[in-house]
Amino acid sequence: MSLTLYGTEFQSRLLLGTAQYPSPKILQESILASACDIITVSVRRESSREKAGQHFWRLLQETQTHILPNTAGCRTAKEAITTAQMARELFSTDWIKLEVIGNDDNLQPNIFALVEAAQELIAQGFKVFPYTTDDIIVGERLLGVGCEVLMPWGSPIGSGRGLQNPFALETMRAYFPDTPLIVDAGIGLPSHAAAAMQLGFDAVLLNTAIAKSGNPVNMSKAFALAIEAGRMSFLSDPIEQRDMAAPSTPVAGTPFWLETP
Amino acid sequence: MQIILNGETISTEETTLEALLAEQGYSNCSVATAVNEAFIAKKEYANTRLHPECVVEVVAPMQGG
Repeated sequence: MSLTLYGTEFQSRLLLGTAQYPSPKILQESILASACDIITVSVRRESSREKAGQHFWRLLQETQTHILPNTAGCRTAKEAITTAQMARELFSTDWIKLEVIGNDDNLQPNIFALVEAAQELIAQGFKVFPYTTDDIIVGERLLGVGCEVLMPWGSPIGSGRGLQNPFALETMRAYFPDTPLIVDAGIGLPSHAAAAMQLGFDAVLLNTAIAKSGNPVNMSKAFALAIEAGRMSFLSDPIEQRDMAAPSTPVAGTPFWLETP
Repeated sequence: MQIILNGETISTEETTLEALLAEQGYSNCSVATAVNEAFIAKKEYANTRLHPECVVEVVAPMQGG
């Protein structure tokens, strides 16, 4: 049941964002409750007076999880590349969750700049996790420049709308049978995450649905269970849907049954 | 001279990135930097000369999704 990303094996198929929690303590407890192996982080301007980043960095080190830095907020390939370089030095990892945002309203990836940045970062030795759309041609381009993982959106970041186009995601799964696929963004409920896993996705990355819920610690556990359930379902070869009812209890021997004249 | 540090214009007499970071209180902090939108690795701090109107970014770990 393990997940392999860029040659490293993980037990959990939940990748957890670290933003928007009510407190650092609840963030830590949520990470523990989810049993996730990978957390996402970012980089932001550091005030030499408050040094907020230094406190967060100590907290991160205590979690003993694998860190996946992002390039959130970048709008050009150049910004994303420079941010990735800074993240690599800060976090001592060549992993980067590559986001190049193309639209402020739906935070849709700019797939042209995404491919450009991915190509350059891979040339520089990065292991790129691209936040992309469910477009298979874009996926092909990303794999072509050296990405080994694809992370299509389920719906816009933070919207909680779940999988807006399951058919496209299903197509993506069929088209890239051997590539790790992670639904990233738009998940609102554990059932959304389970649905993604039932489609055969390898993992789910989410943040807001847990952090902004009324009980992030319990919700992180709920998501972990849903993701495990969805994965087990996918591996168990679910039945096909039918248009008509089919009795589950044997018909033969039904008492009081009489052949209709 | 005046430079722009994390989006704010400041005055400094320091001429290297290393000296500027010390002056501004970033010594012993886990930070990464860019000057004029180009990443500057730690080992290059002492050799990176600052010029008037330089745009310096100093970043640290932050929560993210």
